[in-house]
Amino acid sequence: MKVRVEEDRCCGAGQCVLLAPQVFDQRDDDGIVVLLDGTPPEAEHEAVREAVSVCPAAAIHVDGDG
Amino acid sequence: MPAEQSPALPIARTCPYAPRDEHVRLRETDPVSKVTLPTGAEVWVVTRHEDIRALLADTRFSSDRRRPGFPMLDNGSGAPTDVLPPLLLTMDPPEHGPARRAVLGEFTVKRMNKLKPRIQEIVDEHIDRMLAGPRPVDLVRALSLPVPSLVISELLGVPYDDHAFFQSRSASLVSRTVSQEEKQKALFDLAGYLDELLRAKEEVPTDDLLGRQILRQREVNGAVDRKDLMGLAFLLLIAGHETTANMISLTMLQLVRDPGAREALRQDPGTTLPAVEELLRYFTIAEQALARVAVEDVELGGRLIKAGDGVLALAHTANRDPRVFPDPDTFDVGRGARNHLAFGYGHHQCLGQNLARLELQIVIDTLLRKIPDIRPAVPVDELSFKDDAIIYGIYEFPVTW
Repeated sequence: MKVRVEEDRCCGAGQCVLLAPQVFDQRDDDGIVVLLDGTPPEAEHEAVREAVSVCPAAAIHVDGDG
Repeated sequence: MPAEQSPALPIARTCPYAPRDEHVRLRETDPVSKVTLPTGAEVWVVTRHEDIRALLADTRFSSDRRRPGFPMLDNGSGAPTDVLPPLLLTMDPPEHGPARRAVLGEFTVKRMNKLKPRIQEIVDEHIDRMLAGPRPVDLVRALSLPVPSLVISELLGVPYDDHAFFQSRSASLVSRTVSQEEKQKALFDLAGYLDELLRAKEEVPTDDLLGRQILRQREVNGAVDRKDLMGLAFLLLIAGHETTANMISLTMLQLVRDPGAREALRQDPGTTLPAVEELLRYFTIAEQALARVAVEDVELGGRLIKAGDGVLALAHTANRDPRVFPDPDTFDVGRGARNHLAFGYGHHQCLGQNLARLELQIVIDTLLRKIPDIRPAVPVDELSFKDDAIIYGIYEFPVTW
């Protein structure tokens, strides 16, 4: 699984950080998403997919169904 | 278009636990539908989950209440006012993004987690005070209102001694029965107070959200835009007072109605967060904030919405959409679905959502631990619900144990 985030779209709701804190974080200054792990281990895949589906700005993308 | 062409649609709630039948019927038969609101305004209502997500993610729909055609829920509340600047809630791109990012850093998950010990302290204090005081007690006044009120006041840097003043004014602003004159008065009162507060903070910046915004504006823009900060303070205070408070009351109501859920939560605090999501979905108290106006012609759910048409997203009904939530009208404490619309959707999605989640989680865990046998002191059917308010809730909730 390859994860990609679009900072320009991100609206900082933080739902991805709640779901997968090993994969996503937020910048302290403006709350925008920080990708911590672009190729997360299998154990994180479900949480990442949920983050994709709940992101209010559709700013998270997953390539390849690993 | 003449109003008589669209059927009348009531908006006020009739039951705490379910959306109106008329709204459910529309969701199943005419999900993007033109109706006439009780105010006489003709608008589109959108009732399916998928369509509401599409609506709220589409920047061809504006949040600017000053635009003609913006849906008005009570006569005059959508009217332009020059007391306040445009709020985050009412901004469109390209202004909205930078304005939201200027304050987002205050609401990150990390920042919210740092508030945890202080929120726990506040909740402990209020519940201990309930335990030491007479029974029955009104949960709304003893816990639901003061906790979020104190949390947001401390976060912003507003003296809590003034909370009674804020509570009365913000209650007026979100009521649909209070006169327009009274609302204007409440707005002027709040604006005057905040102006004074910000003036003091500009002289001696304090280590709180407003103090930090003052320093940030000086650094980024070279000067402080007091009106802009007043708008921000206003929005966060109102949002902090009215939303979480009502959710705390409704949460306790639901846990009284569903002893199984309550016992599950009491035994395993690890189940509280999914339960919070289900409570948010089930009650969807702020659905009336989800209004837009089309700035160009847009097709939505197979209907053509013309530029200038107002649109209202009935999120409570959409949060019971069986296409998304199996057995949607059942309160399932373990459902844990996060794709509900209780915080809205799109780039305006609630800024304080993770603060709200945290406050609800701490209140539930602490209340069930400290007062495990808390129960209503009156039959719940006799409670008075805020059918007339823009944010749904309970006016008064006498409890005992």
